[in-house]
Amino acid sequence: MSVNTTRRVMLGAALAGATVLGSWLPAAAQETIKVGILHSLSGTMAISETTLKDVMLMLIEEQNKKGGVLGKKLEAVVVDPASNWPLFAEKARELITKDKVSAVFGCWTSVSRKSVLPVFKELNSILFYPVQYEGEESERNVFYTGAAPNQQAIPAVDYLAKEEKVQRWVLAGTDYVYPRTTNKILEAYLLAKGVAKEDIMINYTPFGHSDWQTIVSDIKKFGTAGKKTAVVSTINGDANVPFYKELGNQGVKATDIPVVAFSVGEEELAGIDTKPLVGHLAAWNYFQSVKTPENEAFIKQWKAYKKNDKAVTNDPMEAHVIGFAMWVKAVEKAKSFDPDKVIDALPGIEAPNLTGGISKMLPNHHITKPVLIGEIKADGQFDVVSKTDLVPGDAWSKHLDGSKDLIGDWVEKKCGNFNVKSGKCGGA
Amino acid sequence: MSRFFLQNMDKGGSIFLAIIAGLAILIPALNLLVPAGSAFHIPTSTMSLWGKYLCYALLAISLDLVWGYCGILSLGHGAFFALGGYAMGMYLMRQIGSRGTYGNPILPDFMVFLNWQELPWYWYGFSSFPFAMLMVLAVPGLLAFVFGWFAFRSRVTGVYLSIITQALTYALLLAFFRNDMGFGGNNGLTDFKDILGFNVQAQATRAALFSMTCVMLIAGFLIARGIVVSKLGKVVIAIRDAESRTRFLGYRVDRFKLFVFTVSACMAGVAGALYVPQVGIINPSEFAPANSIETVIWVAVGGRGTLVGAALGGVVVNYAKTVFTSGFMAPYWLFALGALFVFVTIFMPKGILGTAQQLWEKRRKPAPAATPEPAPAE
Amino acid sequence: MRILSSLLRALALATLLALQPGAAAAQGGDDAFARFGADSFSDTNRAIEILITSAHPQAAPIIEALAEGRLLAGGGPVVIRTTDGRFIDARTGAALASAPPGLAPVRLNNSVRRGIQAALGGLGLLDPDTARRILAAEAVFKSRDAALLPVLEGALAKETDARAKAALRQAQAAILVAKADAPPFDRIAAIDVLRERGDQDALATLRSLPAESSASLKEAQARAVSDIEGKLALWRAGQNLWYGLSLGSVLLLAAIGLAITFGVMGVINMAHGEMVMIGAYTTFIVQEVIRTSAPGLFDYSLLIAVPLAFIVAGLVGIAIERGVIRFLYGRPLETLLATWGISLILQQAVRTAFGPTNREVGAPNFMSGAFEIGQLAITWNRLWIIVFAILVFAALLAILKLTPIGLQMRAVTQNRRMASAMGIRTGRVDALTFGLGSGVAGLAGVALSQIDNVSPNLGQSYIIDSFMVVVFGGVGNLWGTLVAAMTLGVANKLLEPYAGAVLGKIALLVFIILFIQKRPRGLFALKGRAVEA
Repeated sequence: MSVNTTRRVMLGAALAGATVLGSWLPAAAQETIKVGILHSLSGTMAISETTLKDVMLMLIEEQNKKGGVLGKKLEAVVVDPASNWPLFAEKARELITKDKVSAVFGCWTSVSRKSVLPVFKELNSILFYPVQYEGEESERNVFYTGAAPNQQAIPAVDYLAKEEKVQRWVLAGTDYVYPRTTNKILEAYLLAKGVAKEDIMINYTPFGHSDWQTIVSDIKKFGTAGKKTAVVSTINGDANVPFYKELGNQGVKATDIPVVAFSVGEEELAGIDTKPLVGHLAAWNYFQSVKTPENEAFIKQWKAYKKNDKAVTNDPMEAHVIGFAMWVKAVEKAKSFDPDKVIDALPGIEAPNLTGGISKMLPNHHITKPVLIGEIKADGQFDVVSKTDLVPGDAWSKHLDGSKDLIGDWVEKKCGNFNVKSGKCGGA
Repeated sequence: MSRFFLQNMDKGGSIFLAIIAGLAILIPALNLLVPAGSAFHIPTSTMSLWGKYLCYALLAISLDLVWGYCGILSLGHGAFFALGGYAMGMYLMRQIGSRGTYGNPILPDFMVFLNWQELPWYWYGFSSFPFAMLMVLAVPGLLAFVFGWFAFRSRVTGVYLSIITQALTYALLLAFFRNDMGFGGNNGLTDFKDILGFNVQAQATRAALFSMTCVMLIAGFLIARGIVVSKLGKVVIAIRDAESRTRFLGYRVDRFKLFVFTVSACMAGVAGALYVPQVGIINPSEFAPANSIETVIWVAVGGRGTLVGAALGGVVVNYAKTVFTSGFMAPYWLFALGALFVFVTIFMPKGILGTAQQLWEKRRKPAPAATPEPAPAE
Repeated sequence: MRILSSLLRALALATLLALQPGAAAAQGGDDAFARFGADSFSDTNRAIEILITSAHPQAAPIIEALAEGRLLAGGGPVVIRTTDGRFIDARTGAALASAPPGLAPVRLNNSVRRGIQAALGGLGLLDPDTARRILAAEAVFKSRDAALLPVLEGALAKETDARAKAALRQAQAAILVAKADAPPFDRIAAIDVLRERGDQDALATLRSLPAESSASLKEAQARAVSDIEGKLALWRAGQNLWYGLSLGSVLLLAAIGLAITFGVMGVINMAHGEMVMIGAYTTFIVQEVIRTSAPGLFDYSLLIAVPLAFIVAGLVGIAIERGVIRFLYGRPLETLLATWGISLILQQAVRTAFGPTNREVGAPNFMSGAFEIGQLAITWNRLWIIVFAILVFAALLAILKLTPIGLQMRAVTQNRRMASAMGIRTGRVDALTFGLGSGVAGLAGVALSQIDNVSPNLGQSYIIDSFMVVVFGGVGNLWGTLVAAMTLGVANKLLEPYAGAVLGKIALLVFIILFIQKRPRGLFALKGRAVEA
């Protein structure tokens, strides 16, 4: 009690009553199993993350209708880390220690994942991370249901080289770790394929960059060297809308200089007039337009849940669908919610993805996914023009010097960065 | 020496010091000594959380020193906080040594990752704790000194000063975002292992860090108070209330301002340095102008021109944020926070502490009475 | 580009067939219709090729329908859906009563689209419409397909229109430059034609000169390249200047409302960005209403949105002033705190009402696309935003200089107490000023909805830049704001090609910090005792 007394002294009259009482409220009935949802509902990332919170709520509701897990109902605990990275760590800690959640589904940006990582390691809990990312990580407590670079970037480049006969490449990205790594991997890959150094242009812009006039005209200029040119875009979220608007206005057509994007999905396109962008590409592991019974059921369910017939679905949502299904199966296999048991049970678990395949959790905590290339259609959806078989996610890129000998294997080696050459685990 | 710090200690100050000193001993004791099952046990997470609040309190005190007492509205104090944090973060990164993911004994992971071949020169020395601590003070202090040297000599005041401090932190934000700078870009510095050989995540280390934060808060409070009540402090307050008049009386206004500004920046740097190991990450978003504006708001909420109030504001607003961002409030917490700011500015212009004092005075002396503190002029 | 080479034969054939219409031997094209139904891009491409080579009489309408997604196939017959919704059998051109079941539009990808373009372009070389001939010549210029040379020369001989002739000649030159077996004299002349043209495409074509060409040819090419590069460098400077002006006009729009509230009232309005956001969302609502109830008015949506955005944002501004800022007279710095709170509330309110994702605000026709002056590519939306910014600026200036309320505003700016003593109701002036400033921010929102995200974060991204502009220009001076916005915009864009977007911006911020040391009250400082208060 004494800490609460001291708090009271410090807070004085104004706020204390309501807020301190708030933290005293008895936790809800103990019979439920709690699942944490750690997605920003305000701030700059709310634009992407809010729907992921909704999709989790829907999945949990759905699971409860089926009787919950191991006979227990699930209860979602929603917190708002407000696009503030230290707050992500604080909220993660709160979810695990105060709310005693069994698993957390959350994070979008790499930095938010990096920020909560020490917390999950220290308190030994489980995080499902649903977004495509730069790779170079394999942690015992994290399960990566989004794409690693080899599940998105490289197949996209292969497609362009093969189908569009692209010989000259613009790698444009926002200046943070995901584009940097992806572009490094792509550059190494392209050079290895015999593309000349001067046929690759790399450009970085800050977050939220809104004036693209100069860069788009640079791209146009780069594209007039007499070789077929394409842009590989790792431009992040908010900056995409002005980028595409500028492309449309400066008349960069997909037939001349196609742009393939790794961070532009149905949600982002919902904010743009897509008619000038028809034919530009995106690479994901899921598109709403995929025609499978699973996907059609999911879309129907989602629209009903959102009570909005125009609600769109996207790739990270599918990642949560797969991740949640895998977690449920792993809990059932382990017959326990204990994190250690669930973590051990997860590798090898299979769950259907929405594009007609069965994804599998690998020992490196990444999953197998198909790679789809879609062309933007006039209605803001994608027309799938290419689909690969299931590709296993690489935690460590084969194309980077520092990591080509590393593998993650939490089943046999019990280690996230096992060096196959030295036969040892690196780091901590 | 003790006279400098303790002279004319008022009641509020004494209570504040007593509480912080009490916390410094009590909370770690309740965390470490009381078994986890007991009702008196304080979980480590709560302790770290309060450690964070107290770092913010120290930042708020440092800002109140320049704004509440010297009239310099800095919208860039977050920059000094973040620089202190980065200095500490660099030390912590170097302590990882070969335990990083790639096992490189010299280079931090993010440099290996981006193919850096050698450590940039400005990372030299940070493997030494004393050097890093020196930098925690020196980097923000030097920046504040240089910035203040120019700004105060050219008599940039008021809104203009506020906006260029904002430009300062914004420029640093953009710079630190760049991966080419060698500070880890957007991801910043994270995944710390040891501090002075102790595991950062260990319970005892956290308890020690918490106590250290309390000690630094007390020290910061005493220094700020010492400055404020000294003769120098009188001049500083005079500058706040009537800058031209003070200048005409023969005081070198710019030097006084520069001194206070630099001290305040160092204090903010220390707050940042204590913040980083407890939170576990430092990244460029700490430079965001919004963070600095929020710091101003803590001070205003707590009570501008009262050091205890500033500290209180830092704790209260952040505690409110913690509470509001969970549970059923989560989607609406910005409404609550926004409303709090509007409410406080309109109805409690002196902040929580000032208003409480007023009410207290009124009750004690129903007659008009009580010479109010001169309202801070703009 | 097999398609293009087959065009030669096709066109020759077509000329022959033109003499004996109806006798079209269409059976060669039968295979094409099966391929359209195969749902494979390579088959679709091959089908186009077959249609062209077999000179199928229906080739042109089929390919046009394909381009527009109106060609339906899927196992059975291939059907064209006409633009007015009727159905035609693609093979025969006969009208159908209804579409056979189980058909779906033939899918396109970029390579199919290019095939279509080439096919339509190649067919267009002999088109009676001049504009189409020019487009076709452009297509040949880009593809540089030597097989088309005879057709091109045939078209050139018949051409009478000067512009089309020039376009055809350039296309011919593009082919000749790369054609090693062409007479050297012709090739040198071709280089000259390309040099005349002088744009980036010409440069690209010149650079494609085969490495084994003769020395004299190489020399001519090198001269032409350096000539064009020199000219382009000049144009590029002009282009950067234009980008700068365009960025400047955006900054001006965002900042000018702030200049008013800040200058006249000394209110540090942190919710200014949210007024911009409200303007943008007003535009979104106007467009939604138009889309659902009067689609024909879409091109006027922005014109309708302009007054509405002004009114909505202005009213919100007045409400804020009356509700909050009024109580903070004499404590201007505290308005920063209160308006920061308001900005949080407004952001979250919009997020709750409209959802956190971006909203689509479309561009009316007159704001889409670009045109060229010499080598300057000017996008219509940027041009209109500059015009709009200038209009808003002029209107504000007129309000301040020519109207009674403007006079009162200026009086209050210069000396509040004195103005009050002269009988001006400063409270009312404050409310109106704040409303005006907010309304102008709303106008900025209309413009920004055309180039940026319409999301709850829209305002946040402009607030800092706006403050920089106002402070750099000097508080309380509209001309200062204009000059500051344009200077920062142009400087930013001139720096960007050399320093990159981020370093350029950092350099500018440092410049502002230093500049304020030199002129502590901005470019155009207000004079008088009032400013000391």
